Amino acid sequence: MKRGPVMSSSNARRPSSLFRNLSAKLASIPMVLTALVVFVGGTAWTVVYSFTSSKLLPKANFVGLDQYERLWSTRRWLISIENLAVYGFFSMIFTLLIGFTLAALLDRKIRGEDVFRTIFLYPFALSFVVTGLAWQWILNPDLGVQNVVRSMGWESFTFNPLNDPDIVIYGILIAGLWQGTGLIMCIMLAGLRGIDQEIWKAARVDGIGTVKTYVRIVIPMMRPVFVTALVLIASGIIKIYDLVVAQTNGGPGISSEVPAKYVINYMFRAQNLGQGFAASTMMLLSVVIILIPWAYLEFGGKKRG
Amino acid sequence: MADVVTPRGPKPRPRFSRTNIMLYGTLIVVAAYYALPLYVMIVTSLKGMPEIRIGNIFAPPVEVTYEPWVKAWAEACTGINCEGLSRGFWNSVQILIPSVILSIAIASVNGYALANWKFKGSEVFFTILIVGAFIPYQVMIYPIVIILREMGLYGNIWGLVLVHTVFGMPILTLLFRNYFTSVPEELFKAARVDGAGFWGIYFRIMLPMSLPIFVVAIILQVTGIWNDFLFGVIYTKPADYPMTVQLNNIVNSVQGVKEYNVNMAATLLTGLVPLIIYFASGKLFVRGIAAGAVKG
Repeated sequence: MKRGPVMSSSNARRPSSLFRNLSAKLASIPMVLTALVVFVGGTAWTVVYSFTSSKLLPKANFVGLDQYERLWSTRRWLISIENLAVYGFFSMIFTLLIGFTLAALLDRKIRGEDVFRTIFLYPFALSFVVTGLAWQWILNPDLGVQNVVRSMGWESFTFNPLNDPDIVIYGILIAGLWQGTGLIMCIMLAGLRGIDQEIWKAARVDGIGTVKTYVRIVIPMMRPVFVTALVLIASGIIKIYDLVVAQTNGGPGISSEVPAKYVINYMFRAQNLGQGFAASTMMLLSVVIILIPWAYLEFGGKKRG
Repeated sequence: MADVVTPRGPKPRPRFSRTNIMLYGTLIVVAAYYALPLYVMIVTSLKGMPEIRIGNIFAPPVEVTYEPWVKAWAEACTGINCEGLSRGFWNSVQILIPSVILSIAIASVNGYALANWKFKGSEVFFTILIVGAFIPYQVMIYPIVIILREMGLYGNIWGLVLVHTVFGMPILTLLFRNYFTSVPEELFKAARVDGAGFWGIYFRIMLPMSLPIFVVAIILQVTGIWNDFLFGVIYTKPADYPMTVQLNNIVNSVQGVKEYNVNMAATLLTGLVPLIIYFASGKLFVRGIAAGAVKG
């Protein structure tokens, strides 16, 4: 923090700098309150109270890291974290892969591009609750896909992810990918459209194949688009909540629990606020871990350059 | 072969080349996969339960019945309450309208102030707002409960309206700020010379000029707020639950025999509003999500 001389900038010389631009300042009060009270204040409050033994009501009775110790020794939390890791890993890879591939296919001077794009993107307009319920029905073991394949003669066919604790998270992944890949496709398509078409001519003159041109030239040029997509996918993964509630409600047992659901459960059902605060602080920490390298790469690098 | 346009992109191909067949083949198969859940929902909602129990989930209905739709709308039960989804629908409408108006009004003024009336610290608040958009909601949910309780709005539709306004603010403010920044500054200066003030310029110049961006913002907010589940379940009482929450309670209720046709009709009813907006708005929807995504 610098003090003193910096203050003598042009507007400090005017007598009533507080009242300059008054309407704009008054009009910005909702924004200032949101930023300071809800975003900064709320976050700080939750982090502070995660160190207390709050149960039904928040109480400033500080117990150090007790809540965190309990959190990391609770099986339900560990399962939540494991599910998030599996879901996150595959969601990241497949969303990027499918999103880019679809965009690349659509970018190849396709007839009916609008029709295809509309079909790929419509799931994104639907809520996670609708998505979860639709896939719960399709994956229904007695009447859904499994039943259809069995009735075609393959009697031993088994595909029942929503009732199998070992693979239930993949059942949710199927629904999540269906809902979210369209968005990434759209972003990738916008990125591909921004690539100079001369690149393709040059690549053809040099006799470089299509796939090779994509991998060696186009994808490296689209780095900012990929970074945006990654940040978007990552923040979506951490938020995952309604999809699980609708599709499995955490079941069978607790095998498809996720951190966001753990937080809500402890805050509003189990009446153990401290646990909820500690768990949500861990969620915040994971976002910070993702965002800081990104912010450093995006903004830190430019200043030096 | 004769109608090949000037080659702008990758190598032009004859219409029925092997790559072309593979390209369209892949796209059609993938499109079928994406369309399938909607198709399954629609056909299921038009069948009777006996047909569902013996039939194939993908088969079109032998006997079309609209009864599941009627039942989902007017009779489906959540617990002891059997008013159907209509109640959730009207709750959602009551939540949606003030939320959309308030959030867009506030965010557009924010964006306008940030673009044209910068004051000391305005950029700092804006940065906090944007960074705040990445904070998981779970971190801020309980402090907001306390704030709303102090204001006497907890468990009330207006509390939820406020929550939607707050959490819609980062993306909308960004949207409007970027738009107003692109408006030529001469226009703004000329109005200043003519003696127009903050609100005068906003209402007489900026607002009429920026109707397209307002449409984008409305699309963004209507779909976002309609699809919300988390805030609805936390900040309202069961009597005020939005449609998504009521839908989940109807379909996942453990009592009674599962009526899959009614469930799918209810699911479709809930998805109808965003779907209509999506199919009607076309490119504007894409522009809305792209504005949110690419500039972030």
